[in-house]
Amino acid sequence: MNNHTILEMRSITKEFPGVKALSDVSLEVRAGEIHAICGENGAGKSTLMKVLSGLYPYGDYSGDIVFQGQEVQFKDIRSSEAAGIVIIHQELALIPELSIAENIFLGNEPTRFGVIDWDYVNRTTLELMARVGLREDPITKVKDIGVGKQQLVEIAKALNKSVKLLILDEPTAALNESDSQHLLDLMSGLRSKGISCIMISHKLNEIEQIADSITIIRDGKSIETLHVKDDGVDEDRIIRGMVGRSLESRFPDHTPNIGETFFEVRGWTVAHPTVADRLVCKNSSFHVRRGEIVGFAGLMGAGRTELVRSVFGRSYGNFKSGQILIDGKEVTLRSVPQAIKAGLAYVTEDRKSLGLNLLDDIKTTTVSADLQRITHGLVVDKDEEFRVAEEYRKSLRTKTPSVNEGVAKLSGGNQQKVVLAKWMFTDPDLLILDEPTRGIDVGAKYEIYGIIQKLADQGKGVIVISSELPELLGLSDRIYTIFEGAITGELTREDANQESLMKRMTASRTAA
Amino acid sequence: MNSFKQIFGGNTRQFGMIFALVALVVFFQWQTGGKTLTSVNMMNLFNGNSYILILAIGMVLVIIAGHIDLSVGSIAAFVGIVVAIAMRDWGIPWYLGVLLGLVLGAVIGIWQGFWVAYVGIPAFIVTLAGMLLFRGANQSVGNSLTVPVPEGFRYLGAGYLPEVGPDLGYNNLTLLIGFALVAFVVYSEVRGRRKLEKIGATVPPTWVPIVKVVLLSAVILYATYLFATGRPGTSFPVPGLILGVLVIIYAFISNKTILGRHVYAVGGNRHAAELSGVQSKRVNFMVMMNMSILAALAGMIFVGRSTASGPSDGVGWELDAIAAVFIGGAAVTGGVGTVVGSIIGGLVMAVLNNGLQLLGAGADDTQIIKGIVLLVAVAFDVYNKSQGKPSIIGLLTRNFGGGGGSRKADAEAPKPAPTEQAVGTKEVISHDV
Repeated sequence: MNNHTILEMRSITKEFPGVKALSDVSLEVRAGEIHAICGENGAGKSTLMKVLSGLYPYGDYSGDIVFQGQEVQFKDIRSSEAAGIVIIHQELALIPELSIAENIFLGNEPTRFGVIDWDYVNRTTLELMARVGLREDPITKVKDIGVGKQQLVEIAKALNKSVKLLILDEPTAALNESDSQHLLDLMSGLRSKGISCIMISHKLNEIEQIADSITIIRDGKSIETLHVKDDGVDEDRIIRGMVGRSLESRFPDHTPNIGETFFEVRGWTVAHPTVADRLVCKNSSFHVRRGEIVGFAGLMGAGRTELVRSVFGRSYGNFKSGQILIDGKEVTLRSVPQAIKAGLAYVTEDRKSLGLNLLDDIKTTTVSADLQRITHGLVVDKDEEFRVAEEYRKSLRTKTPSVNEGVAKLSGGNQQKVVLAKWMFTDPDLLILDEPTRGIDVGAKYEIYGIIQKLADQGKGVIVISSELPELLGLSDRIYTIFEGAITGELTREDANQESLMKRMTASRTAA
Repeated sequence: MNSFKQIFGGNTRQFGMIFALVALVVFFQWQTGGKTLTSVNMMNLFNGNSYILILAIGMVLVIIAGHIDLSVGSIAAFVGIVVAIAMRDWGIPWYLGVLLGLVLGAVIGIWQGFWVAYVGIPAFIVTLAGMLLFRGANQSVGNSLTVPVPEGFRYLGAGYLPEVGPDLGYNNLTLLIGFALVAFVVYSEVRGRRKLEKIGATVPPTWVPIVKVVLLSAVILYATYLFATGRPGTSFPVPGLILGVLVIIYAFISNKTILGRHVYAVGGNRHAAELSGVQSKRVNFMVMMNMSILAALAGMIFVGRSTASGPSDGVGWELDAIAAVFIGGAAVTGGVGTVVGSIIGGLVMAVLNNGLQLLGAGADDTQIIKGIVLLVAVAFDVYNKSQGKPSIIGLLTRNFGGGGGSRKADAEAPKPAPTEQAVGTKEVISHDV
């Protein structure tokens, strides 16, 4: 690695009406390095990247950007891309109905005599795909490939624009372990070819593994830049920088108080909603005890979400066979309302598209799963609604000026608290939490863990689905592993570790 | 400026729409040399627009839920002709005719709701089909002829309240309605204040509610005066009364009941709503069916007013109703909108129509101006949203008690919104009529 600087951002300050999002932030990226930017949600990472990529044009912020030795003044994304800076957002900007090749060349189509030169497009696409390690037909539609491969298409698209500095915003947030690893390998490959990367991520283990330098941003200020090799950086060191204090432990202390089994699923078999002969849950059986936190481990696509959603009032797939027993008695939960009435609650994996109505405010969201409880006669009691929402705001310590705020304005962690409040209000016996801390910063995660443990202490059963094994290991009293729709293992807290879980999560079907 | 805020509870801009309406009325009053705010003109305006406003009530719910209904004009026409023929040929009395019409509307609603909600065909397609189907059915049943309706039925579309009590030179029932409204304004203000005190919120200084009540009451009383002093035998018109009652009922449903909440939830995020236990199919079915019932009612009111049912009744109504809803702040993507906002939107269109007619503008100019107003009103709202400011129309209507629009306004005003809102509407109605 050579040491010359490719990008320098000096004293960047960006204000929104009433808020200083960035104040005097500096960032220096050397050529051919992977530079991670860490910070809690809302610290200003994304704002900084929007300044860099020209989304906030020159003049909207104060401070200087020097790229490849020249001061640059980007007025939009086009001009930053022309200079060789490409940003890949967390929500991928691909068009599902177009092919891989069409997406890569979108807005940049090569023409001959005014007609798109498809030979060139397809040939170049194949070359680009080879560079990112993607083996697909260039005419495959993007909607038909997995999210991991879509990420690769985005990178191929960037390479096609002869990128010099690639910005990746939470690149592995939606990827499973093997896709994540592939992406990280690809990033080091790009590094060796002299392409610099800026990577925003909450996954500290990945940062530790791959980054050369780390700039930590807190409350809109750049706190420090760490050099991984020289400074001996580990996750705790990064966390200390991000939160400004060291978290003693990443999980609150907790002594479980586990009662008897009250919820049991036997032989649960469910078919895919549109492909009738494809089973997404195969003869799965599990149980939950009162006061117990049960983890579901599995790779993305293993069928974890499908399993719990089909249990939750058959809200996914076509039910084939299986039994649900609550307190030893068999129940049939054909619809979500029935499941809620039976004491189930399901916090969805994808807050924005499945969990929240982003048009709603906090108080309406809080009561939305059990309106009946605050309805007298025909009338929804709005005083009651306000009171309930206030209560949860205080007890969960949701950071908001008031419960009249829209949920869209909240940070991920606070949105999740509102969703939790909504389900706590239904007073469930079994809470199913699907990726409860995805996209949530470290400090808020700790609080969410605390809430989950408190719920278990109240005698509720909790199921936690998570792609982050350390989270499952830190939180669960017992862990089931799922592979290709079947439960492949059950481990107690004592027996579970990353290796034992991973083995069962990737196990062949014969390993039961 | 600050005083405005205090009086109207929030941002002055949220009242942009009402101010626009008032400004329009004042402008036309001035341009027509006082012909706008007369008893006759106000009654005409009401009689001539109440059926569109009734459609707008149903349409806003359809649009909040994320659908659209193009068939309302055709349904109105079909129901109108069936009822007219039933009364003429079978000799059934007018009130049974009304009942028959409503039942027929419900049956048509079941038909359309079934396709939209349970088969999952987009409402645009289902109702486009319905638009053709029921227009054809109207002309087929009526042989493309005009069928007159009996006297009793006409009361529905062009009737006035009877004269009761001592002759004071006013229509007593109109006076009664006006006074009841004023009493209600006072009551809801007092009650809202009590509630604020109870939950420990900051209560605005005493002069604020007093000014508010005085302003509202003055408007209501002026309108009452206009309606009560028309030529003998006239009063606040019957279609207006039906509209007023429907506004109160539907504002209540959309704002205060679980069903109303569910409509907003389904329109805002259907998947999230379903996973929260909302039965979205049923909600979609209900809004589509409700729309057809209201379309049937609107059709019958129109037939009553024009004294006969014809083959081209209701042509283009769906567009007027949809325009009213969008001017009133609803979002094309669903989840946002209010009953009262849509009524205000409809009134803006109605006043424009009426004022331009009084000024002698032709139908061509009127349409051009209405088109521009629709575009500008929505563009203004979109621009405001893109600037990160709250949607003016959304806020406006929220304060009047919509479930889903925008937020914040409620902090200062957790008062009995729908009823208050009905009062607000009355105020506006009386203004421009």
